Amino acid sequence: MLVSLFGVVFDGFAYGMLLFVLSVGLSVTLGMMNFVNLAHCSFAMLGGYVAVSLMNSLGWPFFATLPVAFVAAAVVSVALERTLYRRLYRASDLDQCLLTIGIVFVSIAAAAYVFGTIQQPVQLPGYLRGSVELLGIRFAVYRLFLVGAGLGIALVLVTSVELTRFGARVRASVDNQRMARGLGINVEATFAITFALGSGLAGLGGALAIEIVGLDPGFAFAYLIYVLIVVSVGGLGSIRGSLVAAILLGISDSAGKYYVPQLGAFLIYLVMVGLLMWRPAGLFGKR
Amino acid sequence: MQAASDATAARYLHFEEQVRWRWTETAFWVATLLPFLLFKSYLSLASQVAITGLFALSLDLILGYAGIVSLGHAAFFGLGAYAAGLIAKHGWGEPLSGLVIAAAFAGVVGYAASFIISRFRHLTLIMITLGLGLLLYEAANSASWLTGGADGLQGMRMWPLLGYFKFDLYGVTAYSYSLAVLFLVFLAARRLIHSPFGLSLRGIRENPVRMPAIGAPSRARIRKIYTISAVIAGAAGALLAQTTSTVSLEVLGFQRSADVLVILILGGAGRLYGGILGAIIYMVARDQFSGVNPQYWYFWIGLLLIAVVMLLPNGILGGLARWTSRWTPSKRRAAP
Amino acid sequence: MKNVLKGLGGLAAALLVASPVFAQDTIKIGLILPYSGQFADTATQMDNAIKLYVKQHGDTVAGKKLEFVRKDTGGIAPEVAKRLAQELVVRDKVDILAGFVLTPNAMAAGDVSTEAKKFMVVMNAATAIVTTKSPYMARTSVTIPQLNETFGAWAYKSGIKTAYTMVSDYGPGHDAEGAFQRGFKEAGGQIIGSVRYPVANPDFSAFVQRAKDSNAQGIFVFVPGGVQPAALAKALAERGIDAKKTKIMGQGELTDAGALKSMGDSGLGIITVFHYDPNHKSKLNETFVKAYVGDYKRTPDLFSIGGYDGMHLIYEALKKTGGKADGDSLIAAAKGMKWESPRGPISIDPETRDIVQTVYIRRVEKVGGELQNVEFDKVENVKDPVKARMK
Repeated sequence: MLVSLFGVVFDGFAYGMLLFVLSVGLSVTLGMMNFVNLAHCSFAMLGGYVAVSLMNSLGWPFFATLPVAFVAAAVVSVALERTLYRRLYRASDLDQCLLTIGIVFVSIAAAAYVFGTIQQPVQLPGYLRGSVELLGIRFAVYRLFLVGAGLGIALVLVTSVELTRFGARVRASVDNQRMARGLGINVEATFAITFALGSGLAGLGGALAIEIVGLDPGFAFAYLIYVLIVVSVGGLGSIRGSLVAAILLGISDSAGKYYVPQLGAFLIYLVMVGLLMWRPAGLFGKR
Repeated sequence: MQAASDATAARYLHFEEQVRWRWTETAFWVATLLPFLLFKSYLSLASQVAITGLFALSLDLILGYAGIVSLGHAAFFGLGAYAAGLIAKHGWGEPLSGLVIAAAFAGVVGYAASFIISRFRHLTLIMITLGLGLLLYEAANSASWLTGGADGLQGMRMWPLLGYFKFDLYGVTAYSYSLAVLFLVFLAARRLIHSPFGLSLRGIRENPVRMPAIGAPSRARIRKIYTISAVIAGAAGALLAQTTSTVSLEVLGFQRSADVLVILILGGAGRLYGGILGAIIYMVARDQFSGVNPQYWYFWIGLLLIAVVMLLPNGILGGLARWTSRWTPSKRRAAP
Repeated sequence: MKNVLKGLGGLAAALLVASPVFAQDTIKIGLILPYSGQFADTATQMDNAIKLYVKQHGDTVAGKKLEFVRKDTGGIAPEVAKRLAQELVVRDKVDILAGFVLTPNAMAAGDVSTEAKKFMVVMNAATAIVTTKSPYMARTSVTIPQLNETFGAWAYKSGIKTAYTMVSDYGPGHDAEGAFQRGFKEAGGQIIGSVRYPVANPDFSAFVQRAKDSNAQGIFVFVPGGVQPAALAKALAERGIDAKKTKIMGQGELTDAGALKSMGDSGLGIITVFHYDPNHKSKLNETFVKAYVGDYKRTPDLFSIGGYDGMHLIYEALKKTGGKADGDSLIAAAKGMKWESPRGPISIDPETRDIVQTVYIRRVEKVGGELQNVEFDKVENVKDPVKARMK
């Protein structure tokens, strides 16, 4: 019994890792510039489609497509930032919502037009398929890979934010924009780079997600809710927050469904509402 | 002394001006009668536009005027729709009384919810409203013995409106009914907005901490407007149920909450007509685009939204107000 | 503001004037499908098949020319479906309403079909009571109880004595659960547990683990098409369910072409019940699939066959009435019609106006290096059991 619980918890943990990779970019950019980018999951979807196209049309191996997904999403986000987002930094939250929702609509229609509405299959290399048995518990190989990748990304992010100059600038801009500007930090440039990195991570997350949750043009909207939940529960601008929130949500969702399946759909929303009522600024949020 | 009373008089003039009924408004309401003459085969669409406009108006009261952003407002729309549907299904098909009961039910739930809502702001509030809306949706899905679940409520039989006008294929009754309710509620809302209560809401939106200091308790007022908004949203939902004789889970769904938010922002929040105008433009555009291109109309709607944001900040009405203010004489603009 | 309204009014008026004047010898068919949104793929497949049928048989029937008007519901939106049906009847003056992938939409449009007395062909919506909504409605797809009650009975007869059911927590899922359990129990089997997972559920491992814990001889699953079949099959394999000890049974969507490609070998051995498979061995089907793949580069699925047979019904009914397109004539012509479809022999039940067809039991096997559903058993002339009991 405990063995099967552990297996279920691990699967939830892996799913949480996926949510983390998808959400961390939004958390940091929302915390830094308060720019409501609802098109975040469109970048994830883009990364997914780039990976799938490379694999299915050009026969690239799975691992080679991941960095390309990252770069493609980052590049497109820079283009959008320069042309559209930049003009709305001072605009109201509502206008930013409207713009980014418009972009989501356009991206969904474009994906349907170019790739069709069909589910995109993904070809994993043989060693990533199936499951292994360790200590009497079955682990899906791909989920082990996800956990490893997620932790790796988290580690890279946390160390770069804590230990590099650029990271220090990011932290300063998130904490107090005006003060950071006053100290001579180029907040706009910092934000642009962070935005590109965050969107790139979303693209990477999208490519990683295909095996677990599939890919079709509706991805951009479907995962937006989960990403928003992770970001708000974790706290804006906090990488640690996103990580803890994503893991918490993944595990409670999985374990909850195992023990009390009747609450299946309700759980993730109950947990979110409960946590937000207890800690309105999120677990690690500042405001 | 003279200067002070001049300033006060000018201030009164400013408010009086806002309350006065402008000719553009009269023209607008007369134009809403046009579909009866010119677009007779579009009356069902017009009815649904009016209903959505009413729903958007209810959201405007809390978002545009009190600053509460809600991603779950469809909860009240859906509660009103199901209440009206269940009343009709179980034998009482009279539209007007059904409408009143359903709206009141939504209001009661809104009042209860307002105690939670008034405690939070910003992203937390958005996510809490989203979460509550999604929870209600799942609850309705589970309670399929009551709601009919994903297949929708079956067996609704509406009696003719005022004992004479049947709800039929052509939509004349539907549109008249929806338009009448929209107009009456609009008048009431207009009154409310220009009352001291309404003004205090705008103050709360700008600075909730300051308001209690000048005698307007923020939380109580927010609860009040939230309840009123829930009643109106419930009425809109009931209208939809009654005019179409169908209710399905989508009335409670996230898609509906998101759509009405987009519509309100498109039209311009905080300007009373924004919701109605947004509903007209969004739904007509959507209908026309999807008629031309059923598969990719999303693309054109997305472009429309992006264009509106880039060219007309603060929604269509906001942008228009900015443009027209360049043409008004400087005397008016100099009001304190 | 007034200018905006004037502009809108002008646009709408222009569009009205621009609508074509039609001759009396055209028959207009209104297609109501979810062309956009979550279910867009189903509409694509159905529309493809409709276009193929028209291409193969010409767009003239009984001396009249066929014209199609396509409307998008955007997904589950009964008030939109009803309004579109009303507009098709009042504005576009269609003679026949067709399409309908989703049950709530079909039910809402049924009211319009009844009031306006228009022939309505439901080409997918699979809930049993749909055809009771209008006396002018016929269905050419399938009903969930038709498949799953038969399956439940078959499962017991094939040696599975205990079963655990897992379904999606919404209408079709509840229907499938009820139908399978009923068929299984009536045959003598024992249902030792059941669970329902949320519709938008991305992660199945918790539910699969519960099924595994129950130690049932057979696990019945229901998921809607799309992403979930592959995810569920993978979860079943990942949690180590041994296909030799435990039979995994499901409705055909679980192992459709796209799902099989995504799930790979974890799908081997899954038993499914369905009314159509593109690999069904018949001359008619082979020709159909070849033409479909040739035109659309995709294999047809249940939505395609529903659309294809729906068009066949419309054409044959029109031929029988000599081109008369009013509801009473067409439904009278449709009742009792029998024909050979690419899926097998089918007919329209004269009492319920619903489809009667062969239900196939298939297993996933590797054929020529590729995963396929291989039909190994069947039950013929299955009527919808729910309506049969309602009499």
